[in-house]
Amino acid sequence: MAAAATSVGRRRFVGLRRVLEPVAGAHGGARIMLWSGAAITTFFIVLALIGPSISPYRFDQYQANGQRFEQLAHPSSDHVFGTTVQSTDVLSRVIWATRTELEVVFLSLIFGLLVGVPLGLISGYFSGPLDRGLVLIMDALFAFPYLLLAIVIAFLLGGQSVINAAIAITVVYIPQYFRVVRNHVISVREESYVEAARAIGAKPFTILRRYVFFNVVQNVPVIATLNAADAILTLTALGFLGYGIQPSAGAEWGYDISRAISDASSGIWWTGLFPGLAIVLLVTGLTLLGEGLNETINPVLRKRRIESPELGTPTSIVESEVGP
Amino acid sequence: MAAQGTSLKSYLLTRLALVIPMVFILLTMVFLLMRVAPGDPISASLGGRVPQAEVDKIRHRLGYDKPLIVQYREYLWDTARLDFGTTITDRRPVTEIIKVNGAATLELTIAAMFVAITVGVFFGLVAGRYRDTAADAGSRLFGIVIYAMPVFFLGYLAQLFFGSYLGILPTSDRASPLTEALLTPHTNLFLIDTLINKNWAAFWDVFRHLILPATTLGLVISGIFIRLVRVNVIRTLKDDYIEAARARGISERSVVYNHAFRNALVPVITIVGLQMALLLSGAVLTETTFNWPGIGHQLIFYLDNRDYAAVQGIIVVFALVVVFISLLIDLASAFIDPRIRY
Amino acid sequence: MRAVDGVSLDIGEGEVLGLVGESGCGKSTLGRGILGLLPEGAESDGEVTYGGRNLLTLPDKDLRRLRGPDLGLIFQEPMTRLNPLLRIEDHFAETLSRHEPDLKKREIRSRSLETLGRMGIPPTRFRQYPFEFSGGMRQRIMIALALVLRPKLLVADEPTTALDVIVEAQILGILSDLKREFGTALLLITHNLGIIAEACDRVAVMYAGRIVEEGPARPLFADPAHPYTRELLRSTISLETTELHSIPGAPPNLIDPPSGCRFHPRCPDAMEVCPRKSPIPVKLEGDRRVECWLHGPEGEIPPGTTRPMERGRIAVADEA
Repeated sequence: MAAAATSVGRRRFVGLRRVLEPVAGAHGGARIMLWSGAAITTFFIVLALIGPSISPYRFDQYQANGQRFEQLAHPSSDHVFGTTVQSTDVLSRVIWATRTELEVVFLSLIFGLLVGVPLGLISGYFSGPLDRGLVLIMDALFAFPYLLLAIVIAFLLGGQSVINAAIAITVVYIPQYFRVVRNHVISVREESYVEAARAIGAKPFTILRRYVFFNVVQNVPVIATLNAADAILTLTALGFLGYGIQPSAGAEWGYDISRAISDASSGIWWTGLFPGLAIVLLVTGLTLLGEGLNETINPVLRKRRIESPELGTPTSIVESEVGP
Repeated sequence: MAAQGTSLKSYLLTRLALVIPMVFILLTMVFLLMRVAPGDPISASLGGRVPQAEVDKIRHRLGYDKPLIVQYREYLWDTARLDFGTTITDRRPVTEIIKVNGAATLELTIAAMFVAITVGVFFGLVAGRYRDTAADAGSRLFGIVIYAMPVFFLGYLAQLFFGSYLGILPTSDRASPLTEALLTPHTNLFLIDTLINKNWAAFWDVFRHLILPATTLGLVISGIFIRLVRVNVIRTLKDDYIEAARARGISERSVVYNHAFRNALVPVITIVGLQMALLLSGAVLTETTFNWPGIGHQLIFYLDNRDYAAVQGIIVVFALVVVFISLLIDLASAFIDPRIRY
Repeated sequence: MRAVDGVSLDIGEGEVLGLVGESGCGKSTLGRGILGLLPEGAESDGEVTYGGRNLLTLPDKDLRRLRGPDLGLIFQEPMTRLNPLLRIEDHFAETLSRHEPDLKKREIRSRSLETLGRMGIPPTRFRQYPFEFSGGMRQRIMIALALVLRPKLLVADEPTTALDVIVEAQILGILSDLKREFGTALLLITHNLGIIAEACDRVAVMYAGRIVEEGPARPLFADPAHPYTRELLRSTISLETTELHSIPGAPPNLIDPPSGCRFHPRCPDAMEVCPRKSPIPVKLEGDRRVECWLHGPEGEIPPGTTRPMERGRIAVADEA
């Protein structure tokens, strides 16, 4: 009994181990990407968590000690990134926005996985009319220009809260999770070990849970990371067009840039540059992380370091004492 | 021996048959989406600005008080006849919007695609061919960063640098007001129209206005191509027929260019089609950034004004265009790769 | 890891040499090594003499020029060896114009069709795509593609393993006629003894990276000198087989090969000297060669070690 318990326990982490093992062995370009991406992403996550506490001002603060801040002030010691036309501090807004962005994306990731993955699993494993119907709907959703879809949904959901923004983004990415999971399930379904399980009489749910799920889960970290990168871009685009978070509810990089465009003609560069750089940095970090994971986990692209062997003398007479 | 033409035709027919249910679903989705909001489109857009009696009259005239099923049927019938409705706020037929603003977006899109493919395929081939060298790392980093850059940020930077700082390129509109006033539109594709009129000064003006938006959008899209082309080149170079070609003494250069690259680019064609969908969305952002009077820009305008009829009409057109383009792409792929036809 | 260790082979003009051995014994590596097509990270040492030059030390450019008109290679899996996007015509045009740039289009066409014709591919199919052909036909096209430049040596790496028996017979017929029709020498690599017996003049038996026996085909099969060859022949299934015979154990791990003679763990005639010293090649009569202590040389065997080797049970793990 004890042996059985340990063996089940070990198997539970097989999926995770399958992800982590190649990561530890990553080298060369993949390693650099992986670790630099992880570093950047972690930096932003930390910033999202503690940023607002260490930020010099609030995101909507336009005065201190009864005195209103200068409008469109150049970067200075008081306002390291300068101020906007509304006298808010750019640095503070950039920091506070980190939390907003990551909140929304994280939520949408969870939603997307919660909906897309199970749908993909069920659809892929059971096939039939349900599968066909789902595939058609997902393909149609997929064919839709994603930004348009996000805009329309954000628009229809009305109130521009964090949740609504998250839902709008989620809907755009569900088809991706669905499709990838479904395709993977279909290919795994035909594997001999699944057939064997079926032959023994295992219930479909058990098969799904034990064999298919872990195999499929391997792909998810890569897709989730790359989707997160995309989601940030979608979210900031929504903000840019005015369909993102309500300005009073929080700061948002895309929104700030939309305000900064009119400043550009006057040569004022700080209102848009810093939010923009934040976007580029975060998305690059996420993409590097995702690509790094992809290179290490995906065996097709994996390239182990190849060392040239040394050539010695050909084995000729070898004296050795080999006992009985 | 089956003649090539026949199999291509039968493939086309099969594909068309698959397209129809897809189109149906898209149309239905749009219809439902627009009706999800409480009230009706008329009240939403005009309510509060126009006396209620007027609103009711317009509602009746445009048919928004009919039962949903009847509206749906009329909607489908109209769409089949390519009648996409009329806007509520400024009474423009959607087809006219497509013709005028659509052409603007088309011009921008084609120019951007040109930039994207040139830059993307070039760096992708370099990265794939010289894998794990500095050139590869450089190309890939470029691809990643360029993709991470929102198109509106890149546009903003372009405006800051070329428009404000250097002052050499215009940062909004399709042409200067004078040129636009004197232009006689034939196709509404200004580059072509000015050429038809043999108006070189106007052509140059229009071209200058196109540079920043097209390059901005194109560069951002190229990131995807770099990644894709690189992966495909790497995969193709591992294929068995590559080794067989080497065994016949074909030079490495020939192997790479005639075999690997050509085969690696086949899936790229498909992605070009998918990117058109991306471009339509990206066009919205680029158009807003550069005040380019395209369809995306118009859509946002009508959205802000709660003009559901306009929004519905425009989105339907978008969806149909995307479907049509992906059909074209599939055909092109089938033409290039004979295996697909069977 | 040494895939090929201390191998020495000669192939005469127009001769058909069969190289036989189990999977993983290094024969494919040897075949590819001759043309310089080893995978990245592989090193080779020694000499491959062709026309008075050592192929291993040739610069890449010169080696590439030899591939095609002098050296040819056919692969095991014909289904994936042709570029799916190019017609057969294009494949031939590329090869011919690469090595004989002065050929005119008409000449390219006629030479290609002629070689294809000898392989049984009709001219009407010249402009078709690879996917329109079956596996056997694709292999014939590959052979034609290799032969169109009239190479002096053709290396065939398991050319029929992926094909069914009838097609196999056809391909073998073509290959054995090469000498007659084209004057090409053939190195036929395979694990199938039947093919060797059919088609080859000489045979080299390979085990764990070494050639353990070599000589003219018929005498070698009639009276094998090396225990491995003998066991291989006994395991071959034919219509007269009444019971299955297999060689116990598994091919050795080439990263850490057995000491002394590499076959000793599985050899029914192993002596005490076998694990201690690697056997020295010995010439036998009839132009044969063997590496086995059973054939001496007497002088090198330490006294008293000709007793049969004591062996433990072959561990079950080895069978995996």
